[in-house]
Order: sequence, then C-alpha cells, then structure tokens
Amino acid sequence: MAAGNFEKYKSDGSIGGNVLEWVDARFPATSLWKGHLSEYYAPKNFNFWYFFGSLALLVLVIQIVTGIFLVMHYKPDAALNANGVPVAFASVEYIMRDVPGGWIIRYMHSTGASAFFIVVYLHMFRGLLYGSYRKPRELTWLFGVGIFLCLMGEAFFGYLLPWGQMSFWGAQVIVNLFGAIPVIGNDLSIIIRGDFVVGDATLNRFFSFHVIAFPLVLLGLVAAHVLALHETGSNNPDGVEIKALKDEHGIPLDGIPFHPYYTVKDIVGVVVFLMAFSAVMFFAPEGGGYFLEYNNFFPADPLKTPPHIAPVWYFTPYYSVLRAMVWNFFGLEAKFWGVVGMGASVVIFAFLPWLDRSPVKSIRYRGPIYKTLLSLFVVCFVVLGYLGTQPPSPLYQLLSQICTVYYFAFFLAMPWWSRMDKFKPVPERVTK
Amino acid sequence: MKKFLIALLFAPLVALANTGVHLDSWPGSVGDKPALQNGAKVFVNYCLNCHGASYFRYNKLMELGLSEQQVKENLMFTSDKIGEQMRVSARSDEQKIWFGAAPPDLTIIARARASADGSGADWLYTYLRSFYRDETRPTGWNNVVFDKVAMPHVLNALQGQQVLNHESHKLELAVPGQMAPADYDKTVSDLVGFLVWMAEPQQEFRQKLGLGVLAFLAVLFVFAYALKKEYWKDIH
Repeated sequence: MAAGNFEKYKSDGSIGGNVLEWVDARFPATSLWKGHLSEYYAPKNFNFWYFFGSLALLVLVIQIVTGIFLVMHYKPDAALNANGVPVAFASVEYIMRDVPGGWIIRYMHSTGASAFFIVVYLHMFRGLLYGSYRKPRELTWLFGVGIFLCLMGEAFFGYLLPWGQMSFWGAQVIVNLFGAIPVIGNDLSIIIRGDFVVGDATLNRFFSFHVIAFPLVLLGLVAAHVLALHETGSNNPDGVEIKALKDEHGIPLDGIPFHPYYTVKDIVGVVVFLMAFSAVMFFAPEGGGYFLEYNNFFPADPLKTPPHIAPVWYFTPYYSVLRAMVWNFFGLEAKFWGVVGMGASVVIFAFLPWLDRSPVKSIRYRGPIYKTLLSLFVVCFVVLGYLGTQPPSPLYQLLSQICTVYYFAFFLAMPWWSRMDKFKPVPERVTK
Repeated sequence: MKKFLIALLFAPLVALANTGVHLDSWPGSVGDKPALQNGAKVFVNYCLNCHGASYFRYNKLMELGLSEQQVKENLMFTSDKIGEQMRVSARSDEQKIWFGAAPPDLTIIARARASADGSGADWLYTYLRSFYRDETRPTGWNNVVFDKVAMPHVLNALQGQQVLNHESHKLELAVPGQMAPADYDKTVSDLVGFLVWMAEPQQEFRQKLGLGVLAFLAVLFVFAYALKKEYWKDIH
C-alpha cells in the first residue's frame, strides 16, 4: 500500500486534465491521494472509538489556525502597563474585548486545549481496548506517545502565556521540580526559566516554544504517526489482521477504501464533536473552572502565592502521582522520587507493546482478568485526576498512594497477568 | 461494577469537599438593563475612585441603552473621550504605599472571584454586604468573607455600620445608613450585575450565537448522517 505503486494520471485532453497530468508527472499527487485515501483500505468494522484519531487531527488544525490569529494581538511581555497590569495579561483581555471576533478565537483556543486532551485520552484508551499498540503497530504507538509528550509540553508552555496567577504559580511549581534532580537540578531549572524566578525571560521563551518549536515537532510526529499507520494498516475492534485475507485484486476482504467511506463517516463524528465543543465554548467557556481556572483571571503577582495551586485537569493524574511520593529513598529527597514517578507514569505507556503478552489483541477475546484490571486502571486514573485538583489531606494522600501503586502495578505486572486470562477464539474475519 | 467502584471511591471525597464559607446567591440577572444602568452609576461614583476597570471602554456603556450624551454627562468623571478606558488617576504603585495593597482592577473581578463555593457574583454580593466594624484593623473595618481586608467599607454611608456578634457569628446593623436594608441589598445587587456584565459584555450575544451555531450543526448533522447512510448501504 506504500505510495509510488500507482499509475500516473493520464489527461483526458481537457485543460484541467492536462494540468493534473503535468503536476502528477512531477509530484506524487495521484499516489498520495490513492495510497492514503481512495485506495487505503481500512477495516469495515470501525466503531465509536475510531472517531478520535481524525478528531485529534481536527483539534490540531483548530489550535493552529486560532493560534495564528491570537499571536497577531497577544504580547508576551511581563512588564506592567500604565494601569499596573502586566502587558501580557492585558493583551488577552484586549483580544477578548477590542479585537473583532477575538473572544471567539480565544475561546476556541482555550476550549480546544482541553478538547485536545479529552480526544487524545479517548484515542489512547481505544488502543488499550483493542490492542492497537501490538505488533506490527509498535512504531505507530511510539510516535503516538511522542505526540502525547509533545502535547503536554505544548499545553504547559501555552498555559503560562495569559500570565494569570495560575499561569505563573503553576509554571513556578513545575519548573522548581527540576531542581530536585541531584547535582544538575538547580542549574537546569535556571536554564529553563532563563532567570532565578519565573519572569519576562521565561514568558518569552515559553512563547517561542509554544508557537514555533513544539508545533513543528508535533506536526512532524503526527505525519510519522499517520505514515506508520498507513504502512501497517489499521487495527480494528476484533484485532484481526485484514491483510491476511485478500481478494484476487489484492484488496483485503474486510477492507473498504478510507475515502469515501470513512471520510463521510468521520464528517458525522466531526459534526457531533463540534456540537459538544460549541456547547462548552458558547455556554460554559470556563468549563466549570477546569478549562479556564478562575484564579487565572487575576494577573500574575510574584508576591502573592495562591493558597491552592492546582494544574489544569489534564495534568492532574500525574500531579497526584508526584504528590503521592513522600518517602526519601537512597538518600534522595521525596521530591526527586515524585518527579521520577510523574515522568514514569507518562513514559510507561511507551512500553505497552512489549509489556502486553496476551495471545489476542482485542478486549472482545480477552477474559475477565483484563476487563477487571483495565476497569480498575480507569478508576485509578480518574481518582488520581480528581485528587490532583484538590488541596492535600492525609486521606487524599493515602488514596493517591493506593492508586499510584495500582497504576504502576498494572503496567509492570502486565507481562504475567496478560498471559493468564481465559481467552476466546479469534475469528478469521472481522465481525459486524 | 465499574460504576459501583467509582461511587465507592468518590463517597469519602464528596463528604469532605464542601469546606468554604456560605455565600448568599446573587438575585439579579445580566439581562436587566435598568439595574445594570444603576449598577454603572454606583460603580463610577463609589468604586472608580480607587479601582480602575482598565480593559473596559466608556463607549461600551452605550450598550446598556444609554446615549453618548448620557454617558458623557452622568458616568464619565475620569476622561473626556468616550473611547477611553476606565482608568483612575492614582498610580497603582502609589496606592500600594497608601493602602498597603493596590486596589485590584475590577473589569474581570466577577470572573476571578468564582470558586467551588459559588459564582463570582455570589461572592461579590455577599462580600459587599458583609463589612463590619473592627477597631483592631487600621481602617476600622473587617469583612466576614474576606478576613483582614485592606479596603474600608466604602458604601457605609448607604448601608450603615454592622457589628459582628461573636456568639451567634451573625452581623447586626448597629448604626442605620441612608438606605433601608432591602434597598441596600438591591443597590449592591445592581452593582454586582454591572460587574458581571462588564467582566464579559458579550456574554448574552455569546449564548445567542451559540444557539445559532448549535441549530446549524443540528441541520448539518441530518445531512451528514444521510450522506453516510447513503454511502454505507452497500457495506456489510
């Protein structure tokens, strides 16, 4: 299915046809179109969970386009203006009030940030349900983990830009975490901030990372993710390899061309998604204080520490893991182990293709062990996420420790428990 | 089973979640134009001496149903240009020296004061009615929802002077003001309404536009779904 095996376009003599033939002789237009859309064969049994890949692409486009317009009026400047308000903070309100349509663009971007994580989490969960990370799609999964890491960086840098209280203190807390790394920690956090405290230098470099560096890497990784997927072909809810059975033309028996079948189906998904997106954007743009934190409507004040600093909701599960580590091991302080735990809780997803040893891919043919443990994992993830938004307390700390232990046990013990289940026979063809 | 586990794990959390102070709920609405006009009047007369509203321009007040003439004659004391922002003449670094804390810009205070305890409007409505005499404070005033607040009770001529009964933890009106308590509550409600509106003047339009967008998407959904059905009828 790799691009390049398709016949070049032959003109029918019309002007448009001649132009296309000229282009196609010099650029792989036909082979790209056919190889990735009209003759890319996808399994015909995609269900609800398969909408989120294309939706993630849609949100990426929304973020890039709205971001381009926001940059036209946003000013990454921590200095105070004549009214005693930081210029960056005031420029966001300027966009909300004085730029025609600015509030729509800004709410699209702020809602889009949370929507991106919702869509990506559901997309990743689909992988867990149907074993999409298993051979031969390990690289697709690894590129995906790369995208996820990049997205977290992008979100973290972007959150500083409004220069509100949560922007400032959230960045302060997270950058200080690097200080926990032995020997190099202090210098490392100074390099990241560009100053001894979060300040104008930090704001400007985070702006640069947010609008240039990370989007570039993100786009590259997305391209690699899609190319790798199209090389192996998509998995499906049955975890059956559709390429195993082909007709006389070499077309998989259970495959249908991505275009037009999945393009028209994804349009339905896009419309439903946009309805949910618009419902938040137009009727609850603050997302109940989770999408836009209330405290972030106060401008950053380095002299006034908020009583409770909570990261935005999509980081809270890992933040809980960080806070759950309260013991000093091997002469290193608990904060360091918290940072290690937080990093590990994200990166551990990358090892899934090699941790999972079950003979079948899809949850449909796996037994009660996987179903129970995966459900518990979801519960733990949600509880960790909730706890990360709350001020610490002894009970919450214990709960977050229990969930953290389970979180890691789920992955680390997977090579053993994934083999032990009661498996059902996998059919040769996909089911309805 | 999944649901049961979630319920089980969340039960202790729900019980502990509610720790904040009790806030009275704001009785007004941002659709009430006369109330917003009155709120604007209170705002420029009492608040705009120390607090700025530096993201808000005077000509926006015309959206409350006022003419340029009316705004200029009744509501503009800090500028003579209708397109100017609501600024105060005192600089915030000077104010910090005078008051100990710079009075915050109030343009989006109604959004900033929202929390798990209630909306920003609820907080402001309660706060502005909860000042009491406290001789231990430099200003002689303290506040139930904002302990050791730096701002004195600017509206005390209207409300009168409250004292805190330390046994019942209730506020009692010791010296009546120019307004009856119900009238004072209404005035504060109007002021809060203005602050809520000013925090996001396009909020009503936003919701109207949202309804239009959702209606459009609903129609688009019908066509998109029909298109999908048509293409997919030969699959399976």
